[in-house]
Amino acid sequence: MAEKPRLKLPKEAKKGEIIEIKTLMPHVMESGQRKDKDGKTIPRRIINKFTAEFNGKPVFSATIEPAVAANPYLQFTAKVEESGTFKFSWTDDDGSIITAEEKITVA
Amino acid sequence: MRNMTRRAALAVGAGAVTLTVVGWNQGAHAAAKEAADDVAKFTGGKAATQGKITIELPEIAENGNTVPLTVSVDAPMTAENYVSDVLVVSEGNPNPGVVTFHFTPLSGKAEAQTRIRLAATQNIVVVAKTSKGEFYAAQKQVKVTIGGCGG
Repeated sequence: MAEKPRLKLPKEAKKGEIIEIKTLMPHVMESGQRKDKDGKTIPRRIINKFTAEFNGKPVFSATIEPAVAANPYLQFTAKVEESGTFKFSWTDDDGSIITAEEKITVA
Repeated sequence: MRNMTRRAALAVGAGAVTLTVVGWNQGAHAAAKEAADDVAKFTGGKAATQGKITIELPEIAENGNTVPLTVSVDAPMTAENYVSDVLVVSEGNPNPGVVTFHFTPLSGKAEAQTRIRLAATQNIVVVAKTSKGEFYAAQKQVKVTIGGCGG
């Protein structure tokens, strides 16, 4: 549960540059389709939402269904015009939200 | 409603239609219809134009449990004209929904990559919505050797 997300993005960028951001959240992503050995359906439990914002403004988000593989990986881009902080969040089916932050210096 | 989805299915294009004609089996047929329903909900019944979208998927996925998928849409991504939402649906999984990407002008590019589960050989349908209310669609077939989704 208390797994930490993995993030990969540059620490520095030029003003107006489009940077690449890679994120990976360790999670089983139980689809709700599988059955246990007694034939009972294993309840669904996935990360259903991901958001990324920069200095409080939305950059990218995703609505996630059980068809996204375990340890959901998302790669996307962001155009940076100023130094600041990226905030990422992953919402679990159980209501918990995992967050992470990363700073970038833009010159 | 039924009519609308059928029209939407046609709008989504050749891939979906071919699949329906070829017929495969009942399961795939139902899944393709559900996927078309999802697309119709997304577009509000509006027709989508083919093009502007690039779908990167392996031609043959040996393991359906994790298949890399990259979607990119050719768009200026300015405050006045950008791709806001990109819907990805499956025509051969137990549920059609896969993922929806939401972009803003701050995204810089309408491009995202993830890893998905595929239960069987099927078409993946992608529909993009722009800030101007236009819709674009594309689809790609992927052959799956071993299905995912814990089947």
